[in-house]
Amino acid sequence: MDIFVFYTLLAFMIIAAFIAVETKNLLSSVICVGAIGFGVSLMFLFLSAPDIAITQIVVEVLGLIILIRATISRDLTFITGDREFFGTIVSIVIIFFIGLAGIMVFFKTLPEFGTPIFAKIPEAASQTYIKEGLRETGAANLVASVILDFRAYDTLGEATVLFTSIIGATVILRKKTRKLLEEPDV
Amino acid sequence: MKGMTVKVKTISSWVKVLIFIFGIYIIISGHLTPGGGFAGGVILASSYVLLMLAFGRKFVEENLSLPIASKIDCVGALLFAAVALFGLLFGAASFFYNFFHQEYLADKETALKLISAGTIPLSNIAIGLKVGASLFLVVLVLSIFRPEPSADKKE
Repeated sequence: MDIFVFYTLLAFMIIAAFIAVETKNLLSSVICVGAIGFGVSLMFLFLSAPDIAITQIVVEVLGLIILIRATISRDLTFITGDREFFGTIVSIVIIFFIGLAGIMVFFKTLPEFGTPIFAKIPEAASQTYIKEGLRETGAANLVASVILDFRAYDTLGEATVLFTSIIGATVILRKKTRKLLEEPDV
Repeated sequence: MKGMTVKVKTISSWVKVLIFIFGIYIIISGHLTPGGGFAGGVILASSYVLLMLAFGRKFVEENLSLPIASKIDCVGALLFAAVALFGLLFGAASFFYNFFHQEYLADKETALKLISAGTIPLSNIAIGLKVGASLFLVVLVLSIFRPEPSADKKE
């Protein structure tokens, strides 16, 4: 069952990627990119990595908002007409109940205060970090030993994200690019 | 862009040294006390941002110009990648192999000293350079960026 859902998500994401590349409308392309991102976060949930799934959702929502804001002035997509009163009420009620269910699940599965999960499970990875951290890495600061030795690969990814975003900001905001943007497209 | 009043300039020219040294301390002792590359890099960048607020952008650009800052950023990133790759070269074929730590941990005397923990201080210094330079670059680039009024009229 899990495998089936997994491959369905995979096919969905591949189709969305094709649409995002092939479509002529910029806004629908951006929305397809967002769909790919949410599919990725669902796949992280299936691969039992909820922390990365949460990060992916946050990044995806922010990126989607920024991309829509950037494209909407180019494409000039307007939605005319009044908002339906009944539809608004129904959607608000549905969102409210989904949120209520989420809060219920959150408070039921959350361990009690003072009893972290890794204290209950003896073979958890964090137990190994606490016991072997000083002996294996030699760092008195256990956080440093985790982020720079046990999980340094993760930190390399974070540093790469920061590096790439700075490169993007400096390239977009410098004077040469802005002059190029003001010129009409050839 | 002439900066603020004389009081602000004087105080910030005293405080900037303390902030900078504190940032270096946070980076270097990141494997012993709370802190590390990310936090120390932010503190290093904040000393330059303080200078930029007090003295104006031109003054800071004379000290640490945009090309030099971007070069420091690249050097930090390359140093961190080099630490990872040296682990691959010297160690048991794994990324980020801590290839220094055996000799330091052989005797317990060096366990909590400043020079210990193998590659962790090196990675901290690399990340500190990178984060400091890149945060400074963000503030510098955003302060240079100013949308021209003619561009708005066209749209």
